[in-house]
Amino acid sequence: MSGAILALEGVTKSFGPIEVLHGVDFALHPGEVHALIGENGAGKSTTMKILAGYLDPTGGRVTFEGKPITFTGSDQAEDLGIVMIHQEFNLAEHLSIDQNVFLGRELKRGLLLDHKAMRVRTAELLSRLECRADPGAQVSRISVPDKQMVEIAKALSRKARVLIMDEPTAVLTEKETEILFRQIERLREEGVAILYTSHKLGEVKRIADRVTVLRDGVMVRSDRTADVTEDDMATAMVGRELSDLFPPKITAHGKPILVAQNVTVPGIVHDASLTLHKGEVLGIGGLVGSGRTELAEAIAGLRPRQGTVRLNGAELPAGQVAQAMRAGLAYLTEDRKGAGLLLEKTLRENLTLPLLETFGRPLIDRKREEAALDRAIADFAIKAPDRGMAVGDLSGGNQQKLLLAKTLLSDPQVVIIDEPTRGIDIGTKQQIYSLIAQLAAEGRSIIVISSEMPELIGLASRVVVMHAGRIAGALSGDAVTERGIVGLAMGMDGSSKDHAA
Amino acid sequence: MTTATNTLTRRPRVNLTVIAPLVALLVLIGIGMALNPNFLSWANITNVLARSAFIGIIAIGMTFVITAGGLDLSVGSMAAFVAGLMILSMNMLTESMGPGLPVIFAGIAIALATGLAAGFINGILITRAGIEAFILTLGTMGIYRSLVTWLADGGTLSLGFEMREMYRPVYYSGVAGIAWPIIVFAVLAVLGEITMRHTAFGRHCAAIGSNEKVARYSSVAVLRVRLATYVLLGVLVGIAVVMYVPRLGSASATTGLLWELEAIAAVIIGGTLLKGGFGRVWGTVVGVLILSLIGNLLNLTDFVSPYLNGAIQGVVIILAVVLQRNTGAAR
Repeated sequence: MSGAILALEGVTKSFGPIEVLHGVDFALHPGEVHALIGENGAGKSTTMKILAGYLDPTGGRVTFEGKPITFTGSDQAEDLGIVMIHQEFNLAEHLSIDQNVFLGRELKRGLLLDHKAMRVRTAELLSRLECRADPGAQVSRISVPDKQMVEIAKALSRKARVLIMDEPTAVLTEKETEILFRQIERLREEGVAILYTSHKLGEVKRIADRVTVLRDGVMVRSDRTADVTEDDMATAMVGRELSDLFPPKITAHGKPILVAQNVTVPGIVHDASLTLHKGEVLGIGGLVGSGRTELAEAIAGLRPRQGTVRLNGAELPAGQVAQAMRAGLAYLTEDRKGAGLLLEKTLRENLTLPLLETFGRPLIDRKREEAALDRAIADFAIKAPDRGMAVGDLSGGNQQKLLLAKTLLSDPQVVIIDEPTRGIDIGTKQQIYSLIAQLAAEGRSIIVISSEMPELIGLASRVVVMHAGRIAGALSGDAVTERGIVGLAMGMDGSSKDHAA
Repeated sequence: MTTATNTLTRRPRVNLTVIAPLVALLVLIGIGMALNPNFLSWANITNVLARSAFIGIIAIGMTFVITAGGLDLSVGSMAAFVAGLMILSMNMLTESMGPGLPVIFAGIAIALATGLAAGFINGILITRAGIEAFILTLGTMGIYRSLVTWLADGGTLSLGFEMREMYRPVYYSGVAGIAWPIIVFAVLAVLGEITMRHTAFGRHCAAIGSNEKVARYSSVAVLRVRLATYVLLGVLVGIAVVMYVPRLGSASATTGLLWELEAIAAVIIGGTLLKGGFGRVWGTVVGVLILSLIGNLLNLTDFVSPYLNGAIQGVVIILAVVLQRNTGAAR
């Protein structure tokens, strides 16, 4: 293809004996947003890393401005204007925002750093991104969406000609996503070639000019976005027709099982009360940072709190995770890699960690552990090439399934699932949704916290919405609509104000 | 699933790092046999083992502390302090009760209790007051060292002659020609290895060292396990002192000097990760043996001056860490 700035021609990539990319052709053109989509493990990350010089292709070639090129590393690619924004942030947590933005290419005046100029430039970049963080603030103290904006500011400061973005909107709210899209459009007009990946097909449809689908390391199709529908994309990704994504809801519920009253986490959650019934799937909606996760963690005993939480009538003391777990309450964290799984450890060690004592005392019975892993692999359809592998080498979807298996190991009556499908491909999503429905059908009670509206609407028969640390209202039955949730989440006075949710 | 490669940028731990300490130990033994025929003699072997038992017993406890992401720099001066206190109280008890076995048992009990208390103080301040382990134990290291100097009034605390004679066999005799310190070290090493690999406590240590937040979210009692590692180490320091005092029958400001560094070095040479998350006691035992064999070899041969002992140990430690690092090209 002529005019491509950066392209892959018949690129293959093997890790050891396993080939994960099979002859991929892919081209990025100046002034074009090109979306790369596919399920987890389809080879998107590998493709991006080859384009950005982090990995060498095993076969085929990479061309830059029409000429074959072999990057010596990501530094050389960056010098040529190829910048990649990673899904996991690459920020030095202890440095300030401006120090991060100019890391490795600091502005100098003579021998000394020009702090003032760097701070001013950073402030300009941030204001362009409508990010209100202070350029002098330490990165470890800013919010996750702000970190994403800092990453983007960093990329903008590098005068990127090719910008590779790995799921940039996964941690952004809709408003922040809009801001990002405006920046992407501006960069497109400036002639930057942009590679964009996302699991949110609506976004892809909206922002991308061209969309390429990868499946199992093979390029399945590549079209102008205008010519394909979201359904076409989803079908191409999974390679089969997607039946209805969400299983039917169960609406008949039993007696209240979990009652939280006036839960307060100082500075974050104020006076939140909610009731969960037996066999119910209750959704908690709200913007990122509205206190959803903190409320759930307070209920699960992971945070200090005021107020009472009763499970089956018995009060759960604050700050006692183990006790909550023994009483039958389990919490699945939204932070899979930071708080959910030990990435360097094996599947078995991760699975049994919360309940090790029950696997034999004083010595752990390895056979029972292996049996538990066998069951988990079968029940949750976990695909692991090797049982002894480190969990960090599993794909995101399989990590999430393992985390679910780990959380459910204690056979809890009440499960709080925070962002059940963040960063997960659509096929695995469907499996997790039907699993949640199955858990409810078994008589367990479930709270689902999610930023994805369709997820809340598709799963929950009742949704509690949080705004700025308070419960803004609750919706149930047919009132559970996108508009209703957004209205409450944005702090507008909802239709059915129901504090005793 | 043939395409689980999203994050396959890390390589699995190379097998070389698993067996490297063992290979190094065998190489050392080979060199020793080649250089001096007395090297493998019963007398030399038991001598080396008995001398390494003190550091070894402490290093077993250090393995748990480091695996759980902690560090304890105070063990050397803690040992000196425990020894000083033990000798002092045994001398006082001899005056009031007269020499006899009860004094020895009382002394042992005091040593173990002091070790436990010292470990508890380290642990409680690190876990509850949230002081960085490095800083806190650097502080207690100075405190214990100065306390023993003060107890000894700048000189040497010596056990009374009669008690010394009575207590001597704990270091110098044993079963079937194997000295007691070696037996105790071996038994503790086996127990330690089993605890690390096959109990919930060992697994929890590794989990906490690997990612404390994950451990907490998995309802592991993080603070309690952390505290327990320091208490365990303190008790092991007590046991080491119980074995050590009969050897010289005295304690001074220089007792146990640099033991903490030797113990930490042995742990690292053995393949335990300094940043925590993975530890193995058998590796630590191999590490202890490597370190003491180097000293022994230099003494037996006139190849290299024994004064260079520290230099060679240093090279071994650096090599061990280099080997530990995954060799995969991480760009």
